[in-house]
Amino acid sequence: MNDTLPEALEEIRTDFTELEVKDRLQLLLEFSNELPELPAQYSEHPDLLERVEECQSPVFIFVDVDAEKTVHLYATAPKEAPTTRGFASILVQGLAGLSVDEVLAVPDDYPSDLGLTAAVSPLRIRGMTAMLGRIKRQVREKVAA
Amino acid sequence: MTVEVDTHAKFAEYAHPERLVSTDWVAAHLDTPGVVIVESDEDVLLYETGHIPGAVKIDWHTDLNDPVERDYIDGAAFAELLGSKGIARDTTVVIYGDKNNWWAAYALWVFTLFGHDDVRLLDGGRAKWEAEGREYTTDRESAERVDYPVVERDDRGIRAFKEDVLAHFGNPLIDVRSPEEFSGARTTAPAYPEEGALRAGHIPTAQNVPWGKAAADDGTFRSLDELNALYRDGAGLAEGDDVIAYCRIGERSSHTWFVLTHLLGFEGVRNYDGSWTEWGSAVRVPIATGSEPGAVPAAR
Repeated sequence: MNDTLPEALEEIRTDFTELEVKDRLQLLLEFSNELPELPAQYSEHPDLLERVEECQSPVFIFVDVDAEKTVHLYATAPKEAPTTRGFASILVQGLAGLSVDEVLAVPDDYPSDLGLTAAVSPLRIRGMTAMLGRIKRQVREKVAA
Repeated sequence: MTVEVDTHAKFAEYAHPERLVSTDWVAAHLDTPGVVIVESDEDVLLYETGHIPGAVKIDWHTDLNDPVERDYIDGAAFAELLGSKGIARDTTVVIYGDKNNWWAAYALWVFTLFGHDDVRLLDGGRAKWEAEGREYTTDRESAERVDYPVVERDDRGIRAFKEDVLAHFGNPLIDVRSPEEFSGARTTAPAYPEEGALRAGHIPTAQNVPWGKAAADDGTFRSLDELNALYRDGAGLAEGDDVIAYCRIGERSSHTWFVLTHLLGFEGVRNYDGSWTEWGSAVRVPIATGSEPGAVPAAR
């Protein structure tokens, strides 16, 4: 399964799993700090953003598909929710520049393969799985529209 | 209590003022021998973004829950955990955290299952410390390991199981979830993840007092008068009552357990940690829906 992963997602997976469990949290924190600010057109239009209800903290995502069928993902979550920010940041970086088909081919259980389940608990990983699910659904809707 | 209690005027009116400390007290006791500050949050990474200098981190899920069975860790694991955090059996532990000390109260309740004597909450938690612009550090946790004895957990006094609740009808139950969860409109808190209860509603006869009502806007506990209005006048609790509190997995109700036990002085309050994720999926247990508590169910 993993040999079909897009390059960036595979790299992130390897980076996490090569670390000791304790250090994986530090890497997640780095991702959390790297989550880019929303571009102005979205931060000024919160109505365009979809809330990920499955996450305990308020996290919002927005997916755009351009004329070349490239997916652009934007996400925002408060600084009081660094774990959720980290999850969003992994997906923003891992999915950057991928085509519609590549995003839809990402395994739904990719979050479980990061080796984070023991570090953050299965319950919390479920939030990231839900985020990926919502991203894929938005991609499908954008393509169909 | 091995370290002096906080004599802050606000705490004096509570039944057990020694269970609370103020931000001033914590700031003055950061280096006091025999005191360990513990951060316990909903977000597993929040401690890493900045914490009170010298504080150690204990996570409700990865540290306090058994990784396999739905239960808390055992005496050996608790001894290992606390020893690794520099906590001895006679250490004064002060716990603080995010979300009005929600998870901090949960950790305090688990510490109490193991009979750790001196465990207190920082009134106002992380939010108050932060609002006052007090110092945070991102230093890595550096506790010196000490010996903590293996003490087996004693669930009898403050923990209720499903069978205990079934035998409890006729005595007060407090459901601390949101009104939407209580009525059966949904099985999880608004904006919280689905955690798999098959049925919605509440345990018949339970009074609905959402846990967060016990906290003021700044995250500190409400005054004794306000708490009495909420639980005695509002929910009808009276002196000598045998109370069981529950929520979804027993975390929010730990907060209410703390309020009833340590601030209002009720004795023998138990937290039903199986809560709605157990009750709402159990076979042949009575359930009431709607905003009214409902009647005592007939024996089955």
